[in-house]
Amino acid sequence: MNDHNYILHNDNADGIDRRGFLKCMAWAGTGVLWTVSGGVLVSKTLAQIAKAGEPFPTTDLSFLQISDSHIGFSKQANKDVTETLKIALDRINAMPTPPSFLIHTGDITQLSKPEEFDTFDEVLKSCRTKDVFYVPGEHDVLNDGGKLYRERYLKRVEARGSGWYSFNKNGVHFIGLVNVLNLQAGGLGQLGDEQLEWLEADVKNLGTSTPIIVFAHIPLWTVYPEWGWGTSDSERALRYLKRFGSLTVLNGHIHQVLQKVEGNVTFHTAMSTAFPQPAPGTAPSPGPLKVPAEKLRSMLGLTSVQYKQGKTALAVVDSNLS
Amino acid sequence: MTKLTPRNERMALLCAISFLNLSIFALAGEMKDVDSTSSKQNRIEIKDFAFNPQTLTVKSGEKVTWINRDEEPHTVVSVEKQFKKSAALDTDQEFTITAGAPGTYTYFCSVHPKMTGTIVVEK
Repeated sequence: MNDHNYILHNDNADGIDRRGFLKCMAWAGTGVLWTVSGGVLVSKTLAQIAKAGEPFPTTDLSFLQISDSHIGFSKQANKDVTETLKIALDRINAMPTPPSFLIHTGDITQLSKPEEFDTFDEVLKSCRTKDVFYVPGEHDVLNDGGKLYRERYLKRVEARGSGWYSFNKNGVHFIGLVNVLNLQAGGLGQLGDEQLEWLEADVKNLGTSTPIIVFAHIPLWTVYPEWGWGTSDSERALRYLKRFGSLTVLNGHIHQVLQKVEGNVTFHTAMSTAFPQPAPGTAPSPGPLKVPAEKLRSMLGLTSVQYKQGKTALAVVDSNLS
Repeated sequence: MTKLTPRNERMALLCAISFLNLSIFALAGEMKDVDSTSSKQNRIEIKDFAFNPQTLTVKSGEKVTWINRDEEPHTVVSVEKQFKKSAALDTDQEFTITAGAPGTYTYFCSVHPKMTGTIVVEK
């Protein structure tokens, strides 16, 4: 923490301001605990927390994000994605305080096959946390426009349209969005008019002090449009949400931790439980990244989010499977 | 009852044209089912999230085959719905159509819509 203060408070003309620094940190993609306190973001690496012996803050609500399980994938980048999903679930089961629920931000399967969904459901039975909220990835809706996905994974919620919904937990308003359907040639992820109209109405009567957590598969910020890592109409969604004092956007799809902070909005992408992907622009194309076997688990992981009521504090912690 | 207003008329015409286009691209359409007697092989390789070649010129009646060389599933979908779309192609899977009437046909991958390509059909 101390070694970060220098840069955090340095507004001199050295080209590194607070936002720039946070961006750097995010791109480094290491396990970082983020807390918002009085509107100021403070970061601590997991190693620093461990050294200081500081416990995680006690919270009113904690949940876990897992993403991009790609059940059915069996190529060189990870020949056993079912096993690494099991390891991720073991980590969840080993947590001293179990999360209230899980969020899965899509790409449950590799090819939308019923048997792949079956395997996922079977493996998930080992998880002590039973409540799971889903949004689809493009791999979950490949041949049927998401029909099978919707039949299986939206039983707990009142879903509209192609499967979007919202719910409240401990004073936090959660919104699950679908941006992987009806994609247009040459374009990016897309929410579409119907969903955006629903979103505007959904948050209309909420007070600005209500913390909002939005989750969707493809990033709702432009990470790297050349690889399709963005959502064409996400700006409109954010317009409806920017008045809220605390807005956290959780995405998957890119299989690596990236974080961006813009005022009161925090964007965050999670690691996959299956295989990593290259950092934006560092390879000819996105896709499964082959890494040495001993390195694989350090590039897979999950994300824990903790919220303390009345404290505007929201902590997002990434941890890998190594 | 529907009156044929100028707008409706145009819609009806458009529908008729689309319908015609659908039938023009008569489909072999099956994966892993390449006709070996085909006089000429027009192949489009899908590699690194791109169609290669991006523009392919063929003669009417010839077959066109896409093969996916990525570890990521891709699809082949006509932008104007001029031919039947492929199922999701896994690694090394193929999709074949028979080129119909002369014209320019643009297509894309509905999973990764940044990926686009064009087939030019000549007489």
